[in-house]
Amino acid sequence: MKNLFKKRREPLTDTQLLMTITISIFIVMYILAMAILQGGFLHAQQIFDLLNDNASLIIVSCGLTIVMIGGGIDISVGGVTSLVVMSCILYLNQGGNVLVAALLALGIGLAFGVVHGALISYLEIQPFIVTLAGMFFARGMTTILSVNPQKVDNAAFESLRNTKIEIPWLGYVAKNGNLVPARMELGVVIALLCVITVFVILMFNRLGRNFYAMGGNQQSALMLGINVKKTRFMSYLISGVLSGISGFVLMMHTGAGNATNAAGMEMNAIASSIIGGTLLTGGVGNIIGTFFGTMTLTTIKKIVVSSGLKDPWWQSITTGGMLCFFILLQSIVLSKRQKQK
Amino acid sequence: MKSDSRKFLKGGLGQLAIPIIAVALLVIFNLIRDPGFFSITITHNNYGNAVLAGNLISIINGASELAILAIGMTLVTAATKGQDISVGAAAAIAGSVFVKVLKSGSTINGGTVLLAFLCSCLVAMLFGAFNGSLVAFFKIQPMIATLILYTCGRSIAYWINGGATPTVTSQILSSIGSFAPGIPIPMPVIIVIVVTILFKLLFHFTSLELLTQSVGINQDAAKLNGINTTFIKLLSFILLGACVSVAGCIGVCRLGLINHETLLLDVEMDAILAVAIGGNSLGGGKFKISGSIIGAYVIQMLTITLYAMKVSSTDVKAYKAIVIVLLVVIGSPVVKEKFRKLLQKRNSQKKEASAA
Repeated sequence: MKNLFKKRREPLTDTQLLMTITISIFIVMYILAMAILQGGFLHAQQIFDLLNDNASLIIVSCGLTIVMIGGGIDISVGGVTSLVVMSCILYLNQGGNVLVAALLALGIGLAFGVVHGALISYLEIQPFIVTLAGMFFARGMTTILSVNPQKVDNAAFESLRNTKIEIPWLGYVAKNGNLVPARMELGVVIALLCVITVFVILMFNRLGRNFYAMGGNQQSALMLGINVKKTRFMSYLISGVLSGISGFVLMMHTGAGNATNAAGMEMNAIASSIIGGTLLTGGVGNIIGTFFGTMTLTTIKKIVVSSGLKDPWWQSITTGGMLCFFILLQSIVLSKRQKQK
Repeated sequence: MKSDSRKFLKGGLGQLAIPIIAVALLVIFNLIRDPGFFSITITHNNYGNAVLAGNLISIINGASELAILAIGMTLVTAATKGQDISVGAAAAIAGSVFVKVLKSGSTINGGTVLLAFLCSCLVAMLFGAFNGSLVAFFKIQPMIATLILYTCGRSIAYWINGGATPTVTSQILSSIGSFAPGIPIPMPVIIVIVVTILFKLLFHFTSLELLTQSVGINQDAAKLNGINTTFIKLLSFILLGACVSVAGCIGVCRLGLINHETLLLDVEMDAILAVAIGGNSLGGGKFKISGSIIGAYVIQMLTITLYAMKVSSTDVKAYKAIVIVLLVVIGSPVVKEKFRKLLQKRNSQKKEASAA
């Protein structure tokens, strides 16, 4: 017990501090929404709805956080997600197997990850340009596959899609007296598994610690004997694979795909990571923070919609304003800490 | 001067190697595919003016906005080691302000157009200053700082015009957007030339180029040498703001309407690409405006070539990506080094053979 107390007294690292700020702001925001807006916010289903709608964004943000901790950037994630959705749907509609479709999703993601990683770490090309080309390629391929919106027409997949986890004790009693259990999609389980896996990798795995070392200072990482090239390659590979998974999850959620699938997802994912306390300079970041960053980002959109600001522009203007607030807050907090040192 | 040119050749054309090779490859490819691809004809437009037409003209004309944005982007990249991803959204705001001011007057004449342009320029520079102050004062990375405006810019543009996509029709606007009476060259091309000359003059009469480069290469050293690094960074964003408003106004004049969703859509990615193809490091430091401008024309030439090959406009991106990857692989430091070593080896082998 005494030991535990002593440990607590150590000053928080930058990562932990930024994450704590995000989580506390999320909680305060949610409680305020519950108090003022009431309605849906009082039910647990609201949180599950947020998770259901944004499972794929959470997965993608995890990959992006890893890349950003390593000091890089991957803006192809949205494009890869949309390509995966489109190709899996086309495959399933020809009477394909669901398991093979899942492998196809993983394969596409892996292929993008390998190409990005190889070009960036072994040919030393700027990550922004490589992943931008990756985004263009993925988006172009999506429209080459099909310009028209597609809908999944596969019995096995439909049954998987409609499988929902019901949690009765978090449900609520509807007006007609029936108990409506809280419903969670399978995609959320996959997303949470991804978060946990990435958390374990980042915290307790050598590779994960190498990401931090590489992002913090590449030169010293090299001198410590870390294979920087391989580490960087792995970060893009993981991000690619997670984009593939995210595509499959998005398809499970929507059951349909079109050319503008997951439009702007890369920027939403970057915003989530930033709100969660990841710095683009690398070396600082936390996956739990990213998770709450995604939740904060999506909750604010929900709050805007339910608070009656019906004009279409308010949602993104408030999102921008919130982003501005978080970015400024982080900058001020970090610079104050640096002065203290 | 002579030593300069020799150095230029010895260094494999230096920084401009990639863009010039790209242009040459595209020109040769097009000439093989269709010898008449670059032929220029003189036609008469709706107003009865003699104007130039042809693929070459449409390439140069179509890349105007991109070229102007690439100029500003080069400065920002050089000074801040990062990129502005909000230029498309900011251009939509500038265009909205332009249309708003034009609509508020009763008639559209030269004076009101100038006034509207100045207003939009002011607004775009203010947004540039907003981005710039986040970067310069709060030391936030440019990409993240501009992510804010990227997220909400197009919505602000929508809000300015009250949720509508108003049209403006005027002889003056259409002559700015396409051809002015009596001049066979498209007006946007002339605007690009004017903007380029203005920047060249700016670099000639001030030491902005040197200061920007030194801030980009080593910020701390620049500060110790008495350079106001904060101001240089801020200034680069404000200058980009001016470029953005010019590009936005050209975009509005071309179509005669402001559509906040589609005006210069995805142009930020193309502008950054133009900077990179132009041989400028995205990590800041030394820069060449001319490289970025050629880079912009390379992108447009690629697009028009693909259109000419009957690739649909939505599929163009995939082919563009392949060409981009090929270009950057050729230009990557590792490949360059390997190629140089290979050449050296062959040269030394030749020497040995001749000696024997």
